[in-house]
Amino acid sequence: MKLESNVPSGPLEEKWNNHLNDIKLVAPNNKRKYNIIVVGTGLAGASAAASLAELGYNVKTFCIQDSARRAHSIAAQGGINAAKNYPNDGDSVWRLFYDTIKGGDYRSREANVYRLAQNSNHIIDQAVAQGVPFAREYGGLLDNRSFGGAQVSRTFYARGQTGQQLLLGAYQSMMKQVHTGKIKNYPRHEMLDLVVVDGVARGIVSRDLIDGKIHRWEADAVVLCTGGYGNVFYLSTNAKNSNVTAAWRCHKRGAAFANPCMVQIHPTCIPVSGDYQSKLTLMSESLRNDGRVWVPKDPDDERHPNDIPEEDRYYYLEERYPSFGNLVPRDVASRNAKMVTDEGMGVGDTGLAVYLDFRDAIKRDGRDVIEAKYGNLFDMYQNITDDNPYEEPMRIFPAVHYTMGGLWVDYNLMSNIPGLFVAGEANYSDHGANRLGASALMQGLSDGYFIIPYTIGNYLADADLEKIDTAHEAFSVAEKDSTEQIDKILSVQGDKTVIEFHRELGKIMWDKVGISRSAEGLNEAISEIRSLREEFWKNVRVPGEANYYNKYLEFALRVADFFELAELMAEDALDRDESCGCHLREEHQTEEGEALRNDEDYAYVSAWEYKGVNGKLEEVLHKENLEFEFVELKQRSYK
Amino acid sequence: MSTMTIHLKIWRQKNAEAQGHFEKYTLNDVSEHMSFLEMLDVLNEDLIKKGEDPVEFDYDCREGICGSCNLVINGRAHGPKHMTAACQLHMRMYNDGDTIVVEPPRAAGFPVIRDLVVDRNALDRIIEAGGYISVKTGSAPEANIIPVEKDISEEAFDYATCIGCGACVAACPNSSAHLFTAAKIAHLNLLPQGKPEKEKRVVAMVNQMEKEGFGDCSNYAECEAVCPVGVSISSIAQMRKDYLKAIFS
Repeated sequence: MKLESNVPSGPLEEKWNNHLNDIKLVAPNNKRKYNIIVVGTGLAGASAAASLAELGYNVKTFCIQDSARRAHSIAAQGGINAAKNYPNDGDSVWRLFYDTIKGGDYRSREANVYRLAQNSNHIIDQAVAQGVPFAREYGGLLDNRSFGGAQVSRTFYARGQTGQQLLLGAYQSMMKQVHTGKIKNYPRHEMLDLVVVDGVARGIVSRDLIDGKIHRWEADAVVLCTGGYGNVFYLSTNAKNSNVTAAWRCHKRGAAFANPCMVQIHPTCIPVSGDYQSKLTLMSESLRNDGRVWVPKDPDDERHPNDIPEEDRYYYLEERYPSFGNLVPRDVASRNAKMVTDEGMGVGDTGLAVYLDFRDAIKRDGRDVIEAKYGNLFDMYQNITDDNPYEEPMRIFPAVHYTMGGLWVDYNLMSNIPGLFVAGEANYSDHGANRLGASALMQGLSDGYFIIPYTIGNYLADADLEKIDTAHEAFSVAEKDSTEQIDKILSVQGDKTVIEFHRELGKIMWDKVGISRSAEGLNEAISEIRSLREEFWKNVRVPGEANYYNKYLEFALRVADFFELAELMAEDALDRDESCGCHLREEHQTEEGEALRNDEDYAYVSAWEYKGVNGKLEEVLHKENLEFEFVELKQRSYK
Repeated sequence: MSTMTIHLKIWRQKNAEAQGHFEKYTLNDVSEHMSFLEMLDVLNEDLIKKGEDPVEFDYDCREGICGSCNLVINGRAHGPKHMTAACQLHMRMYNDGDTIVVEPPRAAGFPVIRDLVVDRNALDRIIEAGGYISVKTGSAPEANIIPVEKDISEEAFDYATCIGCGACVAACPNSSAHLFTAAKIAHLNLLPQGKPEKEKRVVAMVNQMEKEGFGDCSNYAECEAVCPVGVSISSIAQMRKDYLKAIFS
């Protein structure tokens, strides 16, 4: 397998512009001859679909939800970064780039990250023009706030609903194109396979989730925007239907999977309360602007938090990281929460929680100010826990939130399968080993609005694709594979439900492939995943039939793929015998428990090639070495 | 932790054409900390183990923002708690021994797919007709070129928070989609960016709404009462005003 990054030459600041000057164009009257499939309608998918349709391509969009507007981008709360420097606090494209590459612990491509920072300002312009109601100041101009891992205020926000508002902006632009007929939209359709003809992506096979029928779709290019795989952990902040299936099936057709072990554990989520729990709810990182994180110094302190005086509180982030304090990046905050709870200082019924306290902020700014900033988050917290965060500290704990890993892509966001593009969380590209807050929305929209529309033209102009139709043998094979898997999973009729299996898999992943990892634990995880997977295929019980709406069949097919991915994640974490960003190998940490990188041996992106035959998993590791021409690799410090 | 016994009467319907009926179930050991949907998950686990068909219902984010969930609980869209989507409802709202009736939203515009799952694509088609500001990617001016009064921006936001769940339609005696449609119109028409298409937008969206078979608005205000994000019916007044202006100008 050849992994060409295709990063253009020249100075960092000029690479993207030079590339735009060099890439080939498709003439307007020719664009209508091309069919493009976009799978997933979150920020990346909706923005790509709308932009491609505006250019004149024929676009088909597919999503598993009943409406394109419901993709999980909708749940992003806090904000979106851009280097506008409106607050005049010294921000610049360079600083946004630098913070992002440093925040990712130097495991992403310089050129990609720089382009992301360059595009950030256009995204804000685009969204405002669409009517996205970002927060404003009394003068009518846009307001900013700060987020973790940055010392400037560059985050644009729309109350605690930034993802919703940005997604609705993209969705509305997309629906406009549906109305003009340039986009054909297929909701409640799940992609089950990628169709590859002569080594090139030429279409997909999907399942209509209402009647279960399998459909074949031909295309000149496929853009995968299907999000991340955090639900492999069962409990995560992801929506219940978020899954890896589309990406995983592409992987099994030859697309390299990059950095699968890179999973972000978000530090501020509502803690687990019982076995029935189906998901975890995020409390936006923006809360750390005003909330102070602490635990009682004495593990046996039984007092109500409000009765614990200042001297008996351990504000561990402020003490350990004086210059960033409560606004350290997510990986650092999560690791520290684990550390203090491991030492027995955790709070709440389970001991798996820390306090996030607004007492001092309310005293300083008044309740009204805090309510205006975080009202909906406080309400959400109170609704779930029945506690009032205006009157007592929130209890929070880390939870799986985002996956930096994903399908490998080059600078053009094309995978190693020509014609298969991957955008948003589904690709691995910009966040390295850790994503900074308010950067996911930025990346999804940068990919969809401002990269894919150009790079796909460059590909199509040169691709010289033969006309094919869905009678082609490759479609028949893909359809047959999908149908056989469905039949197989329904025929097991064992004793354990899909959810029971998924929960067990999640526990293995959380315990051994979670916040901290060790060679010993990872090896155990691999063998446990294998035996549980074997049991799954012998003992799972999937109710009902394939020819009508059957949510548990959908889940079963997705969990089957999670079982395979889980093993690869553990294998990747085992291979990466260093710590970096969110990936903490217990064998490699400083005395203070900080991640100890090994740039000499591990400054690469791992890209795994599927080599399985007859259902036996076999993955081969390829490496894309990361070259750093413009930044100096340093030990990341937020002290 | 206290647990409860809960009796359920749930609407079961195999598909759009089939006749539906209520089925009774009893669940023991329901924790007060469970969400309403987690309670249904537990029911489904039981049903699957017994070899029966689980109850189908729509959900995704379970954070009250995606708008997938749309249950009508004891006759009220999203259940008893004000400004709360069904997925954010917790069992602590109920008492030991309660009977809870769960139905799909009933409206001609929302045909049943299976059990509690319905087709709400009519709402997407209303957005398609004009619920956008036309701005091609790349053609936007610098964001701070157009100042927007903070109050106007906040008011537009109050309408923009609509999650598209369709509870307003389910609650309306006329099955009207006025609140949904008006929320989007008010959001966009209030903003300076939305002014150029203001009239075209309101006419196109209202016409589409009528074409989808949703009823008219008789000011019952049931929609506002059940809206999980509190969209105000003042949006409907705005829509009517804009509509009249548009057709008489």
